Amino acid sequence: MLLGALALTLAGCGGGDGSGTGEGKLTIYSGREEELVAPLIEQFEESSGVDAEVRYGESAELAATIAEEGGNTPADVFFAQDPGSLGAVESEGLLAQLPEDVLDRVDERYRDPDASWVGTSGRVRVIAYNTDEVPEQEVPESVFELTEPKWSGKVGIAPTNGSFQAFVTAMRLTTGEDKTRQWLEGMKANGAKLYEKNTPIVEAVAAGEIQLGLVNHYYLSLVKEEHPDAPVSNSYLSANDPGALVSVAGVAILDASDDDDAALGFVRYLLSEEGQRFYVEDAEEAEYPLIEGIEPREGLPPLQKIQGPDVELGRFGSELEKTLELLNEVGLTT
Amino acid sequence: MSPTVARRAHPPVALAATGVAVVGLLSLPLAYLVVRAASGDAWDVLVSGNLARLIWETGVLVALVTISALALGVPLAWLVVRTDLPGSALWGTAAALPLVVPSYVAALVLLAAFGPRGMLQRILEPLGVERAPEIYGLPGAWLALTLSTYPFVFLLAASALRSLDPALEDAARGLGRSPFDAFRRVTLPVLRPSLGAGALLVALYVLSDFGAVSLMQYDSLTRAIFVQYRSLFDRTPAAVLALVLVVLTGLVLVLELRMRGRALARYRWTGTTAARRPRRVALGRWRWPALGFCSLAVGFALVVPIAVLLYWATRAFGRSEAVDWSWGPVLGSVSVSLLAAAVAVLATLPVAILAVRYPSAWTAVLERFSYAGNALPGIVIALALVFFAANYATPIYQTIALLVFAYVVRFFPQALAGSHSALVRVSPRLEEAARGLGRRPGEVFARVTAPLVAPGLLAGGALVFLSTMKELPATLLLRPIGFETLATEVWKYTSVASYSRAALPALALIVVSAPIVYLLGVRSGSETGPPG
Repeated sequence: MLLGALALTLAGCGGGDGSGTGEGKLTIYSGREEELVAPLIEQFEESSGVDAEVRYGESAELAATIAEEGGNTPADVFFAQDPGSLGAVESEGLLAQLPEDVLDRVDERYRDPDASWVGTSGRVRVIAYNTDEVPEQEVPESVFELTEPKWSGKVGIAPTNGSFQAFVTAMRLTTGEDKTRQWLEGMKANGAKLYEKNTPIVEAVAAGEIQLGLVNHYYLSLVKEEHPDAPVSNSYLSANDPGALVSVAGVAILDASDDDDAALGFVRYLLSEEGQRFYVEDAEEAEYPLIEGIEPREGLPPLQKIQGPDVELGRFGSELEKTLELLNEVGLTT
Repeated sequence: MSPTVARRAHPPVALAATGVAVVGLLSLPLAYLVVRAASGDAWDVLVSGNLARLIWETGVLVALVTISALALGVPLAWLVVRTDLPGSALWGTAAALPLVVPSYVAALVLLAAFGPRGMLQRILEPLGVERAPEIYGLPGAWLALTLSTYPFVFLLAASALRSLDPALEDAARGLGRSPFDAFRRVTLPVLRPSLGAGALLVALYVLSDFGAVSLMQYDSLTRAIFVQYRSLFDRTPAAVLALVLVVLTGLVLVLELRMRGRALARYRWTGTTAARRPRRVALGRWRWPALGFCSLAVGFALVVPIAVLLYWATRAFGRSEAVDWSWGPVLGSVSVSLLAAAVAVLATLPVAILAVRYPSAWTAVLERFSYAGNALPGIVIALALVFFAANYATPIYQTIALLVFAYVVRFFPQALAGSHSALVRVSPRLEEAARGLGRRPGEVFARVTAPLVAPGLLAGGALVFLSTMKELPATLLLRPIGFETLATEVWKYTSVASYSRAALPALALIVVSAPIVYLLGVRSGSETGPPG
């Protein structure tokens, strides 16, 4: 009897195998969290009539999956958390070129110079601080202050996490290898606490385990959602400080996609006014819209004002290995 | 070896072929790793100074967790099965349940409860405790993994104790030994194959775990493999590191084999021929310390997680947003887990029968090879199957069939531990007697052997069931789109730091598994008597 019920359940599930192709069907591999982008994808389905099937996972693991699948990938579109994952698939030669008019929707800082992917929303590196322990005006305006004895043992970083590594890459490209190495060694000597990723850092700051943390700006809203009274806030770094890097989540179309129209339609939708307003009005995490003419959510300083370091995110893929080597030599990663 | 064994040295061809085929399929991840490692020049990973340190730290963690899991699991099993401990059936279920708590949830909960500024510290704050002692690093990883893995030892030891012939202990007692002495000199050695198998599963789990070590910030090989995937997107060094993990697994297997070998020579086939159920030892005034011990273990491993999860869940209920609940993930989890358990147990039979009934160098090697995948992190196995299925078996790619296959590859040794230790305890003379009465081998297995090994098979199946319930990495990559399990639900919410919403599916994991563990654990205990 149990087995009968079981067979029924599984038969129901087996129908939707991953080959979502043809008849206006789109298969999306999403490294972006379901909780955050499912409503956006629903909006797209409604406005386009396309039936989207989404496989959610971690960006890096989905990138590795696409690389293993190669030309047989069922995915039409890869919607990723970071330029690194997109670059990894690009370097396997599995991405299609995007048309110029799509790329031109965003500043060239926020897209691949080889036209393989385009940024869809921005995130800014900030210092999260504990509002009970540190007065706002004492929060450093430059990451270079974090190596001072004053912050000994009080700063959290996530050296094995992609967003921290992108920031270190930005520091290398703008201030040079030596200064970056010095800073990393200084952080280590100053007893920086190491975490796996951004969320635990913001939580540790909120709990008073540490006082400052180097993270992306939108984790604050996630943690606040969970603990509305948590004594934690974001402080933006001064313009051009490498710590103020603006990075993006982005999207790419797979070369193997057999429904280019639906795939391109999805990319266009993400960069449409409606798709971009989602980040301002509906999204659970307050990311920055990237197309011109849409102001970010209230309370966020405008991107132009932040003026992160002048670097091209599309170059980061090829620079990552050197960054990792550096982190490794300093002894901040395994 | 006895002459009986020598005479039966050649297994039937069909049996041997099935066994080889099963192990061949289980070795796919290994083949994948060799392909990947050979496809690049990442061998400098091996000569970096970090590798030696990683191996050392991994080894320390494996050794500590294995020892403490034994120290926790064996006494618990003995108390539950062989003493008049009050409520032993409930303790038996509760002690096995921590197996279903994903290790990242276990670590998350421990941090919330015992972190530097966790719940414990807040309770103690009026007493002037500013920070709880450091839990990050080795202590946290050790604690989290011990609590997640001791049920392996507990379940296998309990199943062995249930089918133990009480005549042995009686004889020892008759010779004037104390109960404790009888346990140490008679019972413990007979348990050794099961303990070895349990310890092995613990060690392999620790080798492959990522959830606990990452949250507790402990540098193990698995964490290094994840760094390769997650930040360098480079599959070659990840594969080389994973092969190092396979070599470490090999070492652990050799260790266990030596332990098992010595035990086998002396204590083979000492169980389940007797017609009597083991007697329960009266604890007397030891009842209270015994209850205290059980409460402490179950308290840390199960009550603390449930309490923290309930606390989180109430925060979700306290908020205005509706708590969305659907039965889909429950049904999904239970159905694939039962399926995986059934397939895994069936698949172990040829391998275990070959190794136990036709012992020879090649059957032993065959059996050891089936462990190859178990110490690998789930992501490695998932990617290996992505590679093979997407390119060479497209029709089954991202179907339930492939997903169940992935679970079997990951958890096969857990089922094997049950089958193997159960078969070892059944005397082949019984089978020979049935053969002598003109029964065919298949019939002999179904009518004589199977009923006797049923408790062991069920124990192995229970392990696979519980492990599958919480499996995440392979589920994420290989499930059909839209197929949800409780583990993927937990992940969906923890990945956006929404612990209050993650708490519900995590609690559901425990609640849904409880009756199944109860049925498997307690029923198999009551059916210990000889078949009618």
